[in-house]
Amino acid sequence: MAPQNVAFGLIAASMVLAALRVVTTKNIVHSALYLIVVLAGVAGLYVLLAAEFVAWAQVLIYIGAVLVLLLFGIMLTRAPLRPSDELDNDQRWAAAIVSLALVGLLVGLLVDGFSDVRVRPTTATGGGELADSIFVDYLVPFEVVSLLLLGALIGAIVIARRDD
Amino acid sequence: MLATITQGLAGLLAEAEKVVEEGGHEAHEAVKAASWVLEQAWLMPFVPAVSFFIILFFGKRMRRGGAEVGIAAVGFTFLWGAISAFEWINGSAVVQRSTTWFTNGHFDIEVGFHVDGLTAMMFVVVTTVSLLVHVYSLEYVKGDERFTHYYAALSLFTASMLLLVVADNLLQLLVGWELVGLCSFMLIGHWWEDRANSNAALKAFLTTRTGDVGLILGVITLFFAAGTFNIEVINRMALTGEIRHGLVLAGAALLLLGVAGKSAQFPLHIWLPDAMAGPTPVSALIHAATMVVAGVYLVARTYGVFFEGFSIDAGGINLLALAGGVTLIIAAALAFVQNDIKKVLAYSTVSQLGYMVAALGVGAWTAGVFHLFTHAFFKALLFLGAGSVSHAAHHTFDMRKMGGLRKYMPRTYTTFIIGTLALAGIPPLAGFWSKDEILLGASEGDFGVIFALGSIGALLTAAYMGRCVYMTFFGEYRGEGTPHESPGLITWPLMILAVPSVFFGLLNAPGILKFNEWVVFDVPGTGFHPEHHDFSLGVAAPSVLIAIGGLLLATWIYYWKRAPKGLLDRQPFSGLYTFLDQKYYLDHVAVKGVAAGTAGPVARAVYWVNQNVIDGVVNGVGVTAKRFLAPFTYDVLDQKGVDGAYNGLASLTSGVGGLLRKVQSGLVQRYALLLFAAVAAGGLALALLV
Amino acid sequence: MLLNQYLVLAAVLFCIGVYGVLARRHTVLVLMSVELMLNAVNINLVAFSVYLQDISGQVFALFVITVAAAEVGVGLAIVLIIYRNMASPFLDRVDAMKG
Repeated sequence: MAPQNVAFGLIAASMVLAALRVVTTKNIVHSALYLIVVLAGVAGLYVLLAAEFVAWAQVLIYIGAVLVLLLFGIMLTRAPLRPSDELDNDQRWAAAIVSLALVGLLVGLLVDGFSDVRVRPTTATGGGELADSIFVDYLVPFEVVSLLLLGALIGAIVIARRDD
Repeated sequence: MLATITQGLAGLLAEAEKVVEEGGHEAHEAVKAASWVLEQAWLMPFVPAVSFFIILFFGKRMRRGGAEVGIAAVGFTFLWGAISAFEWINGSAVVQRSTTWFTNGHFDIEVGFHVDGLTAMMFVVVTTVSLLVHVYSLEYVKGDERFTHYYAALSLFTASMLLLVVADNLLQLLVGWELVGLCSFMLIGHWWEDRANSNAALKAFLTTRTGDVGLILGVITLFFAAGTFNIEVINRMALTGEIRHGLVLAGAALLLLGVAGKSAQFPLHIWLPDAMAGPTPVSALIHAATMVVAGVYLVARTYGVFFEGFSIDAGGINLLALAGGVTLIIAAALAFVQNDIKKVLAYSTVSQLGYMVAALGVGAWTAGVFHLFTHAFFKALLFLGAGSVSHAAHHTFDMRKMGGLRKYMPRTYTTFIIGTLALAGIPPLAGFWSKDEILLGASEGDFGVIFALGSIGALLTAAYMGRCVYMTFFGEYRGEGTPHESPGLITWPLMILAVPSVFFGLLNAPGILKFNEWVVFDVPGTGFHPEHHDFSLGVAAPSVLIAIGGLLLATWIYYWKRAPKGLLDRQPFSGLYTFLDQKYYLDHVAVKGVAAGTAGPVARAVYWVNQNVIDGVVNGVGVTAKRFLAPFTYDVLDQKGVDGAYNGLASLTSGVGGLLRKVQSGLVQRYALLLFAAVAAGGLALALLV
Repeated sequence: MLLNQYLVLAAVLFCIGVYGVLARRHTVLVLMSVELMLNAVNINLVAFSVYLQDISGQVFALFVITVAAAEVGVGLAIVLIIYRNMASPFLDRVDAMKG
């Protein structure tokens, strides 16, 4: 077995288990920690696919910023820090059925459609090629996204501000 | 410094005339090189724009409040413009440079400049008047609390106007157009603490905006017709018939709407007299010499579109000539009944703009452009003179409070007289040559109506200016305090402007005809040239007589006071006077008619229709049906049949509604569950069936 | 490596995220589940980018990361507002739009 496949298998297994724990655990902080495992696993997958810049961005932004934000959210909403029974909905069984149906549908279609396709990450795509693409072909979306970030920043401040 | 400027100007003029005579043959050589100076024409709008930002950010800290930077920048553009004109006269090729700013799949947005004779002429006009206004304002706006912002706005205006005149494509021209409108708004409302001033600024902006709707639609139309915004390409395609005539006509008509707004043609001229609320140097720069001629410039620049669209070579009345003709006559009539000296000059400007537009409408392109050129100088002179007069008469502009000022202000008086004679069209001053060319163009074509209107307008022009001069400078002083001559910073620009008012007309006098050579409308690839008519004594002599007649009329009424007493009190005249005084009730139309009318009378009219017409029909039907159909309808159809079905339907709806209501639980996750379930079901169905 | 490995993994993660969005009561947990879904999509994008040898997939993934970060920011602001107004961070208490 090629080393990549082994690595992939390990990472994938840990990701799926951690994701399941994210949505089922009774402790909200543990949920956040399991999410870190998932996000790190995704970064690992990117490295396996030789998309190093995206992996780096993933670690930096998702684990470094988004997760900290989520932890702050947990703190500011005074979530129960101990294991609590109140974290799951009434409709969880219906939800489980729906997501099982979805996963069945998707996996079935994928296996049907892409069964023999191989992917070979050859050279690592570094920042240079990405930069060429972003700043030449996708310049306008880039600018729009920066405006979007500005808007999100201002919007978040305006929404969450106390009115006194 | 001013002395050196005057000397420099005179020297440049002398040199230009000398070199032109010697190098005139060079101009006929086959290949012309482009001058380096002209290739750097991007500097013209750039330098004042930089100065705008510097004044805005640092002006308050400077010793002179930012005016030094403004004057330096405009001084630079003046020199550059003068050198550019000199190089053009010397025989440079047309300079056109552009770069693509960005592309959007289907089309390119370009930024560039196009320098030819018309551009060089506008350079001279804009920078000269702007520089003199800058210097004049040093004294006029001294001590004002927003002195720095005033100079910043003047710089921005100069930059925008120059951007407009160098533009080689319609989008860039539109940018400059809008910017000058913004500066006009800022400067009219300079003393916005007084409600009337900010209202005037708003009126100016909104009226020109109304015209701009047409302008933007026109630009879009031409873009879709020609596939580009480039003015030369559009002109060429219009003239060679590559664009369907209907489209060219539509484009020209829509552009005309924008021109009517910006260049104050009837009926969008109502903003210009009110714009006199701004400081007088602003009125001189923006509302006499430069911004208001932007519309005329647009027509001149895109003349191919207008010529083809309105079929000007076919003779007869066309929309362009009509707009100009109507404007020139009604404004001239209105100028008669004004007591505010600036309003007289404002209506005069509207009237002269009508002349320019009419000239372009009758095919006399050079005449219209030449009149733009000369008018800028003597109208700016008149406005600055009015400012000087008000400076002496304790800041009033009311002519009834003036009088006899020629004893106190000899320099202002002399220059004002020169401006008046130039405007009235007395040879050999500038206005005569340009106005005469317009009348000539109207008479040679098939445009008799325009010729008649133009001649009557000339009579009225001379008459109202004479009235203005007599009320202001002759007789006894009727105001407060003792007037005195204005300081040098005010009178020197007046004297400088008097020079072109006297001499520049000769540039196109018969035998010299230099202006014709330097400023031409030429679209390479079409061979189209607007006609030029030779000087005709048969037209010139009557027009001089008409002008003198107008002056005599004014003298008769106002100086010798020989008019029958109570002339204005007589019934027909007083009615006419009120009609004119209320500006043909156009302002009433605009405010009460259009704006308020939609709210009041239209709403009331609709309500009346509803109450009387619609309800009447309904009631009528009801009455007739009542006697025959009612009993049967009521008992059988209604009570049993319809009601039964109706009630049943209603309770069915209510029941289903009650059931469906449970779906609206208000819980977001419930909705999400339904959403995903539907997706799964739909996906499954698709996967199995397809 | 098979392309399917990545795609199936992404699909599984996505559906786990869907379950989380539907079944969890605390708003921050719902946000976390949304992050799961977005990451699944990103894996898909990058996998296809490598398969098709077209860098646009990775560019798109970067944009998704950026927008997700913005979305979490705004989302948390909304969470705070809900918590402030309802005194409870649990989503099934928020039913003011009940018909």
